[in-house]
Amino acid sequence: MSGPTTQSADAPTRRLAGLLIAGAGLAVLVVAPFTGLYTVFLMKLMCFALFACAFNLMLGYVGLLSFGHAAFFGMAAYATGHVVKEWGFDPFLGILAGAAVAGAMGLVFGAIAIRQKGIYFAMITLALAQMVYFFCLQVKFTHGEDGIQGIPRGMLFGLVDLRDSLNMYFFVAAIFVVGYAIIYRTVHSPFGQALKGIRENEPRMISLGYPVARIKVMAFTISAALAGLAGATKSIVFQAATLTDVHWHMSGEVVLMTLIGGMGTMFGPVVGAGVIVALQNYLATIGSWVTVVMGVIFVVCVLTFRRGIVGEILARLPHRR
Amino acid sequence: MVHLLETHALTKQFAGFVAVKDVNLRVRKGHIHALIGPNGAGKTTCFNLITKFLQPTSGSIVYDGRDITRDSAGAVARTGLVRSFQISAVFPHLTALENVRLGLQQPTGLTFSFWKPTRVLYRLHDRARELLEAVGLSEFADTTAGEMPYGRKRALEIATTLALEPELMLLDEPMAGMGHEDIARVSDLIRKVSENRTVLMVEHNLEVVSTLSDTITVLQRGQILAEGSYDEVSNDPAVREAYMGTGGE
Ligand SMILES: Nc1ncnc2c1ncn2[C@@H]1O[C@H](COP(=O)(O)OP(=O)(O)OP(=O)(O)O)[C@@H](O)[C@H]1O
Ligand SMILES: [Mg+2]
Repeated sequence: MSGPTTQSADAPTRRLAGLLIAGAGLAVLVVAPFTGLYTVFLMKLMCFALFACAFNLMLGYVGLLSFGHAAFFGMAAYATGHVVKEWGFDPFLGILAGAAVAGAMGLVFGAIAIRQKGIYFAMITLALAQMVYFFCLQVKFTHGEDGIQGIPRGMLFGLVDLRDSLNMYFFVAAIFVVGYAIIYRTVHSPFGQALKGIRENEPRMISLGYPVARIKVMAFTISAALAGLAGATKSIVFQAATLTDVHWHMSGEVVLMTLIGGMGTMFGPVVGAGVIVALQNYLATIGSWVTVVMGVIFVVCVLTFRRGIVGEILARLPHRR
Repeated sequence: MVHLLETHALTKQFAGFVAVKDVNLRVRKGHIHALIGPNGAGKTTCFNLITKFLQPTSGSIVYDGRDITRDSAGAVARTGLVRSFQISAVFPHLTALENVRLGLQQPTGLTFSFWKPTRVLYRLHDRARELLEAVGLSEFADTTAGEMPYGRKRALEIATTLALEPELMLLDEPMAGMGHEDIARVSDLIRKVSENRTVLMVEHNLEVVSTLSDTITVLQRGQILAEGSYDEVSNDPAVREAYMGTGGE
């Protein structure tokens, strides 16, 4: 491109396009359970999509690879499972409690890890997550290898029976939409602008007087809380919270989803989560070979379209920054 | 107060190697102060120390009568001491307008508002355009910074720095790698912006230094060799021998 380009001129058009896409997305969510797809599958997909989007906030928009996001996802699942099953919390309050626990953990982990970069950041987050895994293995309330089973779905606000799968579906869809909207807003906010600045040129942001470390901790906390929201919701959907949710495999899976879909794009992680969850579901019959298939897909992705599915599509559209 | 910035016996040691040694720098309020010296003399290290990108091994830094030796880099910037970098430091994927807007955003207190739309920053656009105009970049407002010519990028950095209304601007080789035309433009720009602020700059181009600066400090192997006006410094025998005598630049 040569010479000045005008991008602000077509802002209303972009706004309209954005609204149309959002409308179409909502329509898909509303129609999906009536297409013959299993609602449990759709709900699982939304939980993982939200998880991947939350993770992508760090990787794609701050440029930090956390290899410990399972800790937030899994601990939130345990916390929600516990307060709903043992303390009789309303499912909605239970999910909020799970997200809050994850957010608080994010604040602490972030404060510890945030000054590190690249591989060191990944290693510290992994180490912290391993400690959480060990903690979950040892303490009583997680019930060790069994996990928390039989978490009741209950009545939402005492009114809506979540044992009805369609009710449950729309409850999960609402959570997904809200979580996604929070991420969208965070990226497209003054705070998101600061994140962009940090990703592009961190020393310059420091020299402009931005409290860079605090901004990153904040982003990490939001990311952790939303990963927790996803995990908490998952525990209500499947009525279980287990060690799988806090295992490092889970941290790896969310990296995979985000990279396959396209990191640093709003919709990429959703697509990536869709691909992985669908594979796991439809290839469940071949057992542990799923891992191999996923590995192959990942390698092919990295070798052929590095930007991820959505990233490649966006890069090929004309006039996109 | 006559001196806006003072360093006292500022020293920085890297694994046994002393990059900056006992530097007593005094920058007068309202002056353009140049820091010159051969490659590796420790000029950039001095900047890094003053702006707290590096922690001094010993010595102290006093800015505007306050000891800032223990402050963080961000805190120093927020008190009005803002630096630029030797290598180009724009935000390459943002437009020129967005670059300057990031400078303007910092003091607004909006930075942590992750729940507000980017739109709330649009009220900064008028000021951003004024700054772009001041550095001659009006027509580049919507150009992605990474696509701008080198000289324009440096001007954009100055505009972004000016957005913070810094009291003291530290410019590290603002004209390095520029052609004649750009040099003239940026020189004029620095002169213009220095009217109501203080500038400390590193520059290799002695012609620029001689016409722009009120005071010059010559640094060599981490130590101050001479200080004074251009005439004083250029007639100093030690400088002639150590710096100009070797061919200079
Ligand atoms: N982080 C560091 N670790 C070790 N040595 C360093 C570091 N930074 C700078 N140095 C050394 O300190 C000395 C001074 O470097 P500095 O960058 O301050 O020089 P300069 O005067 O800015 O040079 P130039 O004109 O080339 O920009 C050099 O010998 C350099 O190798
Ligand atoms: Mg230098």
